[in-house]
Amino acid sequence: MTNIFIHIALLLIMPPLLLGVINKTKALFAGRRGPPVLQLYYDLIKLARKGVVISQVTTWVFTAAPVITLTAIMLAGLMVPMGPFQSPVAFTGDLILFAYLLALSRFFTTTAALDTGSAFEGMGAAREVTFACLSEPALFFALLVLAKMSGSLVLTNMLHAPLAAGSQASAASLVLVAGGLFILLLAENSRIPVDDPNTHLELTMIHEVMVLDHSGPLLGIILYGAAVKLFVLSAVLLHIVFPFQSGSALLDWSLFVLEMLLTAVAVGVVESVMARLQMRNVQHLLIAAILLCGFGFVLLMR
Amino acid sequence: MHSLLNALLVVVLALNLFALGTSRIITVIKVVSLQGLLLGVMPLLIEEHLALAAVSASAAAILLKGLVIPTMLLRAMRDVQIKREMEPLIGFLPSMLLGALATGFALLFATALPLASEHTTPLLVPAALATIFAGFILLTTRAKAITQIMGYLVLENGIYIFGMLLVGAMPLVVELGALLDLFVAIFVICIMVNHINQTFSSLDTRRLAALKE
Repeated sequence: MTNIFIHIALLLIMPPLLLGVINKTKALFAGRRGPPVLQLYYDLIKLARKGVVISQVTTWVFTAAPVITLTAIMLAGLMVPMGPFQSPVAFTGDLILFAYLLALSRFFTTTAALDTGSAFEGMGAAREVTFACLSEPALFFALLVLAKMSGSLVLTNMLHAPLAAGSQASAASLVLVAGGLFILLLAENSRIPVDDPNTHLELTMIHEVMVLDHSGPLLGIILYGAAVKLFVLSAVLLHIVFPFQSGSALLDWSLFVLEMLLTAVAVGVVESVMARLQMRNVQHLLIAAILLCGFGFVLLMR
Repeated sequence: MHSLLNALLVVVLALNLFALGTSRIITVIKVVSLQGLLLGVMPLLIEEHLALAAVSASAAAILLKGLVIPTMLLRAMRDVQIKREMEPLIGFLPSMLLGALATGFALLFATALPLASEHTTPLLVPAALATIFAGFILLTTRAKAITQIMGYLVLENGIYIFGMLLVGAMPLVVELGALLDLFVAIFVICIMVNHINQTFSSLDTRRLAALKE
C-alpha cells in the first residue's frame, strides 16, 4: 500500500524536476549557471495564476485537449512499474492500453493544434504525426521483445523480465532494445536530435509549435504533461538499463530516484554534445530505433 | 558469461554499421578503435578461469588494436589534412543497408552451419561473418587510402572474432604473430599514405591507376 502511495506521489511531484536537471546539465556544459533546478515548478505556479486567452475560432477541443492529454499520460504512468515494485494498475494486455494512451495524448495535442486553424501549428501537427508513424513500431517491437522474454502480456511482469534473471540468456537483445528505447525517449519528448525544446520561432520545431496558442493554466497543463511523459518513458527505459534490486524498499526507492536523475543527466549530455538533426534526417534516426528493437526481437527468436 | 559476450558482440555489430554510415574519417577511426577495445576484452569472457594466454592475448589486442594503431592513423590523418571521405563508390546509406542485410544473412546462415554445440549459443560466428563483410564493403567501395585501411582493420577484426572460437586451442604465439603482422602492415601503409599524398597531393587511390604521360 505504501509503495502505491509513493508511486503516485513520485508520478505527481517528480517530473518537473527532471527537466530542471536536464537544463542544469546543459547549462554546465555551456559554462553558464543556468536556471534553478526547480524552475519548472515556479513556471507552473506562475502559469496557474494567469488568465486564459482563447481564440474565437476554436472549439471545445482546444480547451479539452490539454486536460485529456495530461490524464492519458497520468493513466499510462499508473501502469508502468517503478523500479522493482508493482504498478498500481495491472491487467493482461495493458501494454496495448499503455501504447494507445500515449497515442491518445498525441491525437488530442495534434487535434488542438489543428483546431486553431493556424497553418504554422498545422505544420507542427503534421510533423508530430509523421514521426509518430515511425516511433510507434519501435515501441511495439520493444514491448514485443519484453513480452517474449517474460512470457506475459502484463506490463509490470514484462518490464520486470530483465530483473528476473532471464536476462542472462538475452543480454544481447536487451542492449539493442535499450538503445532503441533511448532514441524513442528523445524523439517522443521532443529532445534535441529530433526537436529543440528551446526554440520558439524556428521552422524546424515540432512540439513547441503545436502549443503556441495555449496560454495560462492550459499551457501549464501542457508543460506538466510533457514532463510527466518524459518521466514515464524514462521509467520504462530504466527497467532495461538498470535491472537491479536491493531487497530493502527504502533503498530501492532512493535508487530509483537516483537512476531517474541520472537518466535526466544523460539526456542533458546528449543535448549538449549533439546538434539537432536536419528535419529530413530525423526519420533515419527513428528507423534506426525500429531496426534496433526489431533486430533485438530477431535475436531473441533465433 | 555468454550473455555478456553476446551483448559485446551486438555492440560490435552496431559499430560496423556506424562505420559504414559515416563520412567523417576521424569518426571511423574512433569507431574501429572502440571495436578493437571491445574485441580485446572478449578473450577474458570466453575462458571460465583466467589463463595467462588469454590475459596476454587480451592485453596485446587492447594495446595494439585499441590504442597504438588508432594513434598512428590519427597522426597520419593530421599529416595529410583530410577530414571526409568524399565520393565513395557506393553511397553511405546504401552501404549501411548492405551491411545490415549482410548482418541479417550472417545470422540466418550461421544457424545452418554444422557447428560444435558449444559454439551455437554465442553470436561469435554470425558476428565474425558480418564484420568480415562490413570490412570488405569498406575496403572495396571507399576511394581514400586511409578509409581503405580502416576497412582492412575491420576485416581483421572479423577474423579475430572467428579466432575467439579457438581461443583455448590456439597457441599464443600464433595470435601474437598475427597482431605483429597487422601492426607492421598498418605501419607501412601509414608511410605509404604519406608518400601518396606527397606525390599526388590527394589520397584518392583511383589516381594510382591512371597512366602518366
